[in-house]
Amino acid sequence: MNEPAGSSLGKDAWMRLRANRMAMISLFLFLIILLFSLLGPLFSKYRYDEQDLEKVFLAPGAEHWFGTDNLGRDLFARTSHGGRISLAVGILATFVSLVIGVTYGMVSGYNGGKIDAFLMRIVDILYSLPFTIFVILLMVMFGRNFLLLFLAIGAVEWLTMARITRAQTISLKRAEFVLAAHALGYSHTRILFHHILPNLLGPIIVYATLTVPAVMLLEAVLSFLGLGVQAPMSSWGSLIKEGAEKMDAAPWLLSFPGLFFCISLFSLNFIGDGLRDALDPKSSKD
Amino acid sequence: MRSFILSRILQAIPTLLAIATITFFMTRFAPGGPFDSEKAIPEEIKVQLESHFGLDLPLFHQYLLYMKNLLRGDLGPSFKYLGWQVSELIGISFPVSMTLGTCALVIALIIGLPAGIIAALRKNTIWDYLPMSLAMIGICLPTFVLGPLLILVFSSTLNLLPPLGWYSWSDLVLPSCTLGLFYAAYVARLTRAGMLETLKHDYIRTARAKGASPARVVYKHALRAGLLPVVTFLGPAFAGLVSGSFIIESIFFIPGLGKFFVTAAFNRDYTMVLGTVLFYATLIVSLNLLIDFLQAWLDPKAREQK
Repeated sequence: MNEPAGSSLGKDAWMRLRANRMAMISLFLFLIILLFSLLGPLFSKYRYDEQDLEKVFLAPGAEHWFGTDNLGRDLFARTSHGGRISLAVGILATFVSLVIGVTYGMVSGYNGGKIDAFLMRIVDILYSLPFTIFVILLMVMFGRNFLLLFLAIGAVEWLTMARITRAQTISLKRAEFVLAAHALGYSHTRILFHHILPNLLGPIIVYATLTVPAVMLLEAVLSFLGLGVQAPMSSWGSLIKEGAEKMDAAPWLLSFPGLFFCISLFSLNFIGDGLRDALDPKSSKD
Repeated sequence: MRSFILSRILQAIPTLLAIATITFFMTRFAPGGPFDSEKAIPEEIKVQLESHFGLDLPLFHQYLLYMKNLLRGDLGPSFKYLGWQVSELIGISFPVSMTLGTCALVIALIIGLPAGIIAALRKNTIWDYLPMSLAMIGICLPTFVLGPLLILVFSSTLNLLPPLGWYSWSDLVLPSCTLGLFYAAYVARLTRAGMLETLKHDYIRTARAKGASPARVVYKHALRAGLLPVVTFLGPAFAGLVSGSFIIESIFFIPGLGKFFVTAAFNRDYTMVLGTVLFYATLIVSLNLLIDFLQAWLDPKAREQK
């Protein structure tokens, strides 16, 4: 977006976002968590999979900031490593769902008519399915494959994205600048990707921000059931599972990963809400 | 209205058949089989078992056989719980999950609806901010964090309630609160949004102008339309309760269908997996139908569109 109109829209949105106190606090918290996950391992003396059987269940202290678990592994290192995995799954799977959903929704909305009715009927039907069950089934049956995890979660989350994109595309395709592009003889692909897609960015960004926490939650559910990330690797979900099992002996094993996970979900949800108000003031009513 | 109901029911049948087909082939193409993981059974016995359950037939033949039995309502025998029919196992475990889910939903509505209505009526006061902040926290606190925390507080520390198991009524309290609080938070937010939207309408102003009491305006006029988003949410909520119950059942060691399903998938108990998936799918699809009808009944505009 290098046109002057685009940049002023972005500036406007940023002004509105700045005025939203909850969103700014959330943004700040999320940045801290992001930095903690990315840079945490550099500050820690311990590796996430380093065991020390003489130092099991140590309470948080100067040596081990977040304490240690039943194998003497440093919880600080494990939590920040887990953050990397959780956030990576959240962002990558959201990206998968975004690519599927946006393409599907644009094609459906742009073509209209019978194609649209058929494609949306499929979405309606898929909506009514017990998808979590399928994801669990996939993970159990085909093993805990990281790639499969992204695909399975992405395949579940694209439905709403497709609906939102379709609705926006339908209203955009009658806009004058699209008619002008038609008149100039541009191909449908070019119109879709160069003219319609940039105007969809607002709702897409908003919904993507709200999808990331949903995906992280689903990954954590899978890890909690023992179907996601396996030890010695850790995600916040698998750490919470271990913590819940040992919380009587060592409550910090549950509280640190739980706290980080909850704050991430909390801040991402508020950032998403704030972005919706900022980017699309009309839709903020609902 | 009748043709609308009929067409929706007719659409549901191919959907369910498609689910049966996909799940059938998905389970069969997965590595491993029901009689593999066992402590080395002799080869002859394994062959015997497989031919007893028809697993030696060509795959497509097996599929046709399964579908034929399915259309008669027969889900077949379990491969792991020998001597048990899948329908019997579902019949034992589903009531447990159902009790849990119903209690959770009741808790969600009892807390969520009044909180949302009050927040909408007292917008931008402490009665709005307080419940809505709590609701936001409730949404961001996943069940698998909340559950262990509740156990830690109410059983390990205060010794008030049993931490796990499924023996008496007191066992029901912690699991259904864990599951219900999340949905209470959601319901509260939706109710508030729906009520705020409705209260802006002209007919509410008319009702007020005609001298209807505030209580009457809320209960007689606003609530019916204001609750529409909540009704729409009930469909996904129920699907969520189902998958949420997997987690809850594994935290609190409850012998519900969710636990059976995960175990069955691990054991490659093909018929049990298929049976559970189909059972849940039928349940969710028919519940969605019910909600569509409820919505059409609540909202005359949606009725006309359809």
